[in-house]
Parts: sequence; C-alpha cells; structure tokens
Amino acid sequence: MEFVLAIIVGILATSAFYLMLRRSLVKVILGMVFLGNAVNLTIFSVARVTKGLAAFIPENASTLEGTYADPLPQALILTAIVIGFGTQAFAIALFRKAFQKVGDDDLDKMNSTDIMCNEDIPGDK
Amino acid sequence: MNSILAMPVVFPLFIGIIMLFFWKHRSIQRIINALGSTITLVLAIYLTWYVKTSGIQCLYIGAWKAPFGIIFTADLLTMTMILVSAIIGFATSIYSLGTMDETREHFGYYPLLQIMIMGINGSFMTGDLFNMFVWFEVLLISSFSLVALGGKRSQLEGAIKYVILNLLSSSLFVVGVGILYGITGGLNMADLARKIPMLPNKGIVNVMAMFFLVSFGIKAAIFPLFFWLPASYHTPPAAVSAIFAGMLTKVGVYALFRVFTLIFVTDVAFTHTIIIIIAMLTMLSGVLGAASQMEFRRILSFHIISQIGYMILGLGLMTPLGIAGGVFYIFHHIIVKTNLFFVSGVVNELKGTYLLKKLGGVLKLYPLLGLLFLIPALSLGGVPPLSGFWAKYTVAVAAVEKGEYLALAVSLFVGLLTLFSMIKIWNEVFWKEQKAEFAAEQQTLRQLPKFKIAMMFAPIIFLAAITLFIGLNPEPFLNYANEAAHQLLNPSIYINAVLGGAQ
Repeated sequence: MEFVLAIIVGILATSAFYLMLRRSLVKVILGMVFLGNAVNLTIFSVARVTKGLAAFIPENASTLEGTYADPLPQALILTAIVIGFGTQAFAIALFRKAFQKVGDDDLDKMNSTDIMCNEDIPGDK
Repeated sequence: MNSILAMPVVFPLFIGIIMLFFWKHRSIQRIINALGSTITLVLAIYLTWYVKTSGIQCLYIGAWKAPFGIIFTADLLTMTMILVSAIIGFATSIYSLGTMDETREHFGYYPLLQIMIMGINGSFMTGDLFNMFVWFEVLLISSFSLVALGGKRSQLEGAIKYVILNLLSSSLFVVGVGILYGITGGLNMADLARKIPMLPNKGIVNVMAMFFLVSFGIKAAIFPLFFWLPASYHTPPAAVSAIFAGMLTKVGVYALFRVFTLIFVTDVAFTHTIIIIIAMLTMLSGVLGAASQMEFRRILSFHIISQIGYMILGLGLMTPLGIAGGVFYIFHHIIVKTNLFFVSGVVNELKGTYLLKKLGGVLKLYPLLGLLFLIPALSLGGVPPLSGFWAKYTVAVAAVEKGEYLALAVSLFVGLLTLFSMIKIWNEVFWKEQKAEFAAEQQTLRQLPKFKIAMMFAPIIFLAAITLFIGLNPEPFLNYANEAAHQLLNPSIYINAVLGGAQ
C-alpha cells in the first residue's frame, strides 16, 4: 500500500511543479492544489497504512498490540487540509482580482514590479 | 502563573476581535489599535525582564505533559524577538495613524495588522514544530491580505509572487515536519533534540535539515530563494512594507536559528558549512542587487537580503560569539530597517513618489528628516558609533576567530557597498536639486495637518533613539546576546527546561 501511495505522491508532486511553472494563473492554482494533496498523502504514508485496524486500546490492556497506523499524523493532515483550503481560497480570489486588473492571466504580463521598477507602473494611480 | 507567556499571542488576537466589532467606526479602531499595541509593548518588556531574571519559561497548554501537548517556550532568543516585534508593532501602529489612507482603514487594516502580530509572536513562542507551521500560516494569510489590500496593479502582481512562493515554502515545511515525525515520533522541539542524536540513520537527518533550510530559507529570503522579496515588498503602503521588512523575513531567520541550534546539530560540519556559503552568497547578491536599483524602497528591499546574510553567517559559524553576533544583528537590523522604510514613506508623502530620478532637494527643505534618515542609514552601513557597527564588528570578529577569512572579506566588502547604496539614496533624495518638471506634484510639510506630521515623525524619532542608544551603550545588549547564545549553544538547558520541569 505504501508503494502505491509513494507513486501517487510522485505523480502528484511532478504534475504540481509542472503546472506551477506554467505561465497561466489557473494552472498555477491547480498546481498548488496538487502539491497540497501530495504533501498530505506523504504525511499519511509516513504514519504507516494498516487495513481494518483502529488505533483503539482494547479493554483490559494498557497498550496497543501489533502494527497499527499512528493516528497523530492523520490529525496533522486534517489541520493541513483546513489551512490549505483557506490559503487556496484566498489565492483564487487574489488571482481573479489580478486577472481583472491586468486583463490577462499570463504571468509574463505580471512582471511590472520587476522590470518597470524605475518607472511608475500604469494602473497604479 | 506562566499563563502570562500566552499574552503576546492572545492579547493581539483580543484587540483584533474587539476591533472587528467596530468595523464601521474607523476612529474607534485607530484608538483601540494604538492603545492595544502600547499595552503589548509593556507586556513584552515585562516578560523579557521576567525571563531574563528567572530563566527559560514554559507554558504547557491544557496541562498536557511536555512531549505530548503543545507548549509555549520562552528563552532569551524568543524574548528578543517578542520584544522587538512589540516595539515594531507599536511604532507601526503609530505611524499608520499618520499615513494610512481611509479606504484601507475601512477594509480592516488594523484587525489584519494585529492578527499578523499574533501570528508572528506565536511562531516565536511555540515549542512545537507543527504548531510553528500553524502560526506561520496565521501570519501568512494576514500578510497576504495586507500586501494585497488596496488592490493596485503593482500590489496584486507583487502579492501573487509572494503568495505562491510562501505557500510552496509552507508545503516543504509540512513535508519536513511529517517525515521528521515519521522517523522520530516527536514534534516537540526539545523532544526532537533529544531523539535525533540517537537515530541510527544520520543521512536522513541531513536530508531533513535541507528540507527545513529550504523552507525557512524561502521565508528568510536567503540566496537562491529571495526573488519574491524585492518583487513584492515595495508595493504596499509604507507602514505595511515597514513592518514586513522588519519582522516577516526575521521570522524565517528565527526559525533557522531555532532548528539549527537545537535540532540539526548532529552534523555541523555539513549543515553549517552550507549555511556559511549561502550566507556569503546572500550578502553579495543582495548588495549587488541594491546597487543597480533606482527606487527608494527597492534598494531597501535588496538590503534586507544582504543583511539576512550577516545573521545567517553568525548562525553558520556556530561559535558563542557568532551566535551572539547573529542575535544582536537581528535586534539591531529590525529596528533600523523598519525606520528606513518609515522615512521612505514620509518622503513619499511629501514628494508623491519613490523614484530616485524624480526625487531631490529634501535636505534643503527638511534638514531634520535628513538627519533622521542618516541615523538608520549609517547604522545599516556599519558606521561607528551606531548600532550596526557593533553588530557587524561582532560577526566579523567571530568569523576571524573561526578562521573564516573569506566570509570576513565578503562581509567587509558588503558593508562598504551597503554604505555606497545608502549614500546613493542620500545624494539622490536629499542632496541633489529636484528637477523642475517633477516638482509639481509635491506638497510641503506645512500643508499637512499637525496631527499627521506628529504621528509620522514620532515613530521615526523613537526608533532612531533606540538605534542611537544601542550604538552608544552596546554593552548590556551584547551581554544579553551572549547569554542568549549561551542558551542556544547548550541545548541541554532548553531540553531540561521543557522536559525536566514537566508538571
């Protein structure tokens, strides 16, 4: 199971970086979503994957026996998913606003803060 | 008793929430914000004194024992950062009263500012790596909003770069935390510091160290990862870029100091040599970038990068004097850099532009402003007897002691070029005659309301006074930095304080 997860994480991360390096803003945000999922799956597989075993300590015992998945990373993923959702939502809103302002979703058209640094940027006033 | 440790985090949140109740009442928000940040400053001074006199303090949240629950830990490095963030938060709040425009104030500028300060303080306070990630996100999301607030084209373009690269850095950070948990079974920093030397596989520790170096490095703007900074920091209003310039990259530097003195110390020859090389390249690329710029705040932005190099160099040397120099440098730099951005904002208020070619003649009209620029500018360049001299001197002496003569040469050369950039600003903005075709838009100081002038100049004078005070009286600060370095270089003190004293 870890093997499959590792391959999925690899595919997700590769696509994420490919998309983030594209010039279109829509693809960048998709890349960010993919990367977030790759990260979460990584943490998920770090915790070991077991089937049909809940991490409950049985009655009359003080510790868990056998191999079981650590539940803590799953709690971490929950936090990371929520945070990722918030930041991605913000990014989408920001990208939409930038698209309206610049009139293009090409990142190459959004380099005025770098190349026009010694001029007034049109659309600022 | 130790619940007072949570105050630098809880109190800004409290002020922020109170201000949300007065969403439509701009003037009430202004008063609450100014009062609140004053109280935060008082609290931070008290807490620093408390930690200084009674040693490392821990707050076990929910009374969970140390390796299991989230903790807040305050050692001297933490308190340096909390204190300086309170100073900068206070100065920025006052400065905002004079310079922030009504539209931004109507759209929640002050609550965002306080929430960001909460995030900053939280990342300094926490003793748990995953919790640090959460605080990073708190400060990032509010800084995203602050940088885009106003919606000018340049702001949005800068914000896109800032947002994408910082989210990438957060992703790397979470992967690092996750894998580190997988190999050690701990997230508490003291617990990790105890467990990592016992790991059989040293290779993966170094891989993790690089994960953290890259992810904190993006936030701290070190050598190959700094491009988002000069693209975004000069776009928001002066008050916002001032607090960004002062505090945000230093959160990354603080995180580097924390993990590379506490957790990743098993293979210093490998990790810290890389840090030294990166430090030299950071200094050089920052200062050379600044030399080619002709925009007030972009020059200052590039200088943030070059100064980060000095702090990281102090960390890379890993000697008591080096770390002490690094800590002292952080403290001095935050105050000086914020002040320079404040001055640039005042010049913009008067002349309506940040472009050097359109500026000029400020000294003749406002000699006091010229003086107030010179104090932080020369301090940044390392001219004695200002604070920057002692910071640079300490780091340089530490480099000599360690035998890193190349690093010494680079740091001295970069100091010279820093001075060059500052003198360029001085010549272009203050000294030369302004060209007549650009003189039309400007307004004189007398046309501005008295209150606005007072609120603009008060924080500049306040920070300049701190710079002068450190410069003329560096000994207590250096002693403090030495104590902080002593704590950082002996992780057992930290580990015992966190794990030994568990309730």
